Amino acid sequence: MPHFAIVAVSILFDGLAYAMFLFITSVGLSVTMGLMGFVNLAHGAFAMAGGYVVVTLTRTLGVGFVPSLVIAAVVVGAVSIVFERVLYRRLYKSTDLEQVLLTIGLAFMAIATATYFYGPIPKSVPLPDWLQGDVNLGFRYFPSYRAFLIVLGAALIAVLWYAFERTNIGAKIRAAVDNRRMAESVGINVDRLFTLTFAVGSGLAALGGGLAIQLFGLSPSFAVLYLVLFLIVVAVGGLGSLKGTLLAALVLGVFDTAGKYLLADAGGFFVYAVTVVVLLIKPAGFYGRE
Amino acid sequence: MAASDTMVTADRSSTRERAAGYLLRRHRFRAAEALPWLIAIAAFFLFPDRMTFGSQVLVMVMFALSLDLILGYAGIVTLGHAAFFGVGAYTVGLAAARLQWTEPISGLFAAAIAAGIVGFITGWFLLRYRGLTLLMLTLATAIMLQETGNLRSDISGGYDGLPGLTFKPLLGVFDYDLYGHTYYLYALAVLAVVFYFVRRIVYSPFGQALTGIRENVRRMHAIGSPVHWRLVTVYTIAAAVAGVAGALFTQTNAYVTLTVFDFDNSAKVMVMLILGGTGRLYGAFVGATVYMVLEDYFSKLSPTFWQFGIGLVLVLAVLFARRGLLGIFESIGQYISERKKS
Amino acid sequence: MTAALQVEGLNRSFGALPVTRDVNLALERGARRALIGPNGAGKTTLVNLITGALRPHSGRVLLDGEDITRLSQADRARRGLARTFQINQLFRGLTVLENLCMTIGERDGHCNNLWRSAGSRRVVIDEALDHLDSLRLTDDALKLVRELPYGRQRLVEIAIALAQKPRVLLLDEPAAGVPSSESHLILDVVAALDPDIAVLIIEHDMDVVFRFAKEITVLVQGAVFTQGTPNEIMNNEQVRAVYLGQERHRGGHHG
Repeated sequence: MPHFAIVAVSILFDGLAYAMFLFITSVGLSVTMGLMGFVNLAHGAFAMAGGYVVVTLTRTLGVGFVPSLVIAAVVVGAVSIVFERVLYRRLYKSTDLEQVLLTIGLAFMAIATATYFYGPIPKSVPLPDWLQGDVNLGFRYFPSYRAFLIVLGAALIAVLWYAFERTNIGAKIRAAVDNRRMAESVGINVDRLFTLTFAVGSGLAALGGGLAIQLFGLSPSFAVLYLVLFLIVVAVGGLGSLKGTLLAALVLGVFDTAGKYLLADAGGFFVYAVTVVVLLIKPAGFYGRE
Repeated sequence: MAASDTMVTADRSSTRERAAGYLLRRHRFRAAEALPWLIAIAAFFLFPDRMTFGSQVLVMVMFALSLDLILGYAGIVTLGHAAFFGVGAYTVGLAAARLQWTEPISGLFAAAIAAGIVGFITGWFLLRYRGLTLLMLTLATAIMLQETGNLRSDISGGYDGLPGLTFKPLLGVFDYDLYGHTYYLYALAVLAVVFYFVRRIVYSPFGQALTGIRENVRRMHAIGSPVHWRLVTVYTIAAAVAGVAGALFTQTNAYVTLTVFDFDNSAKVMVMLILGGTGRLYGAFVGATVYMVLEDYFSKLSPTFWQFGIGLVLVLAVLFARRGLLGIFESIGQYISERKKS
Repeated sequence: MTAALQVEGLNRSFGALPVTRDVNLALERGARRALIGPNGAGKTTLVNLITGALRPHSGRVLLDGEDITRLSQADRARRGLARTFQINQLFRGLTVLENLCMTIGERDGHCNNLWRSAGSRRVVIDEALDHLDSLRLTDDALKLVRELPYGRQRLVEIAIALAQKPRVLLLDEPAAGVPSSESHLILDVVAALDPDIAVLIIEHDMDVVFRFAKEITVLVQGAVFTQGTPNEIMNNEQVRAVYLGQERHRGGHHG
């Protein structure tokens, strides 16, 4: 295979895996922001929490990696409901700034708590055999973990797409994102819908956090470092849009990977440049509503 | 009939006078405004060995003041204000390290101009947007500036920065001393001058228009206000002030690194301003001082504890004290004066 | 003689839904025209198109013969087009006096000044107080707008529009939301408007319409149904059928 093709395939593969991570973690944020207009900067903290749950389960309690992912998603999703009911609910009518400040405050508290219990040094997790090493896809070997990420991502996309487009609840969510007042007047209980989407979104974020450990290592600052990335994916994709989040995750994931491959030092620049260009042309993102 | 008519007219004209008087005199200096300056000078005598820290507090006060112009007065929320601080800091740093230009006061002017230009250009493009879009655009701009600096780390020193900068004596006479005394008074003087300008702007008709934009931008459009130009103007000025703060930062630290562009810096100055109280000029003084002092104390005790505490304070502030510390003081003041009446 | 305000062939849709269909309207100097129509007829949309808050898909708006279709809201306001909103758009956290001073300051370009204090413009303050006097709002001058009862806030809304010294004034249901006991305040003001100003008023209350209007335009489903004098409209069978069946005689309700 010619060299540039090899590089291109590597970029696509790694970019795709990265994009899956971005999508899984950000989709919850996009839908909740689109549904309730609530700026939740603690979303990264939920992802971080999921990661640490996985760390504890796998390293201290000997639970398998994949079961830990599931448990982490469920636990964090359930806990997030408490936050939503007790705290977030009170700020739905507040200004953007107040929501930003409250959730940043929560994120700080979460980071400090994680540092207290786990220390600042990045953690890793023990992976089962089938996720280590490489998998042979005919013309090349690819890291199994990334392949797993891509497959898992694709599966989740299919499930979410089905839930969004083909179920009753999905229809209600789409309606409420489109026009909340209209949805309420038709009898849709938007509050309960929001709690549900919030819980699922936070659960997915926790899943993403667990998956990220192998990619980037997990330290408390994950909550803020990657938050910027999630916000960018959401802003570029458009609030409340599954399609938008996916497209944005793909574009940003591949561009970022390409940048890092091809221009080592300048790599990080790309994501932000793409963000600025997209937002200047389409301020509401790819599929956002103006 | 005639008598009561005259009384009504007399009443009305005295009401007019009272109303006019309030507006005519609002910009005058009140005695209480001397307080922060007196405290700053007192600190010089009371804590002579903490003067380098004192300079940092003054730097952050100026930085928070610049943010108040856009956030407190114009009501624009951004996440990239550190960009201008960084441009100012690096203007002075690069001039000193690469061009051997070490005169401090001209450095301040250069920083103000450079940061102002960046503010004007980015403001002109970005202030057409609001909400999440603007947050992301301003955040991305700051990060891109940082990454650009990183790209040419041969010039900028990258994340290791430009250490060991030296500056010429102020006005040719006052030299840097080990305890930072000269630089504290220098920073205080610069802050006083900058504050004077900012205060005039805030009390001017332009400043009034800013509060109008904050209160109801729809109405502003409807009465013919050139909203975008007003915002670009205040954004440019705020950028220049932030640039001066950054320049002072480099001068008082004799050192600058790319971390001045961090999102952390933008978030920190916003927290300081919110804590003190937005839209009140002196909120920057109160918030920055309280934050820096508490951070200095607690982060030495335990950085984790400090971070948790700041997070908790933010949550509590949003839930219970939206107008910041100054708002609390005002409420206490009102409560006391109401108790006195009864 | 050139009309103060001229609307030609104005069209606007929201997605597939046409909300303004080929509207033609002319207001001469000193006009007193009411714009009526059933709910959802597109009256406020039309006002938004005239003031520039919305862009039309086709058609023109002319102010004193000048084509202002491409101009921004602010540019149109500076050329003498003022409006009130159906729901008050005021500077709620500021005092009534400041609300007026802001308006006059923007009108005369004072707000471009960053250096002199706002208070030094005595002439602005005096004019603001004159406006408040004429609307009997002087006693409220130093009160924050959000502390005023809704009826008096509505007066401030009109005061702001008048302080712009407009040539054309668009009032969107000025008495909406005002309790009946206070609505006469609004209506007295409307009745006493400067005879030189061209006034278009959206209204549901037929008493107000017949008292105030010299001409009426009836808007139905975004298109001009008919125009005429109050007598002509009142005797028009089709108008009755379409709209006057919903007539209300009480003031002070939401449109």
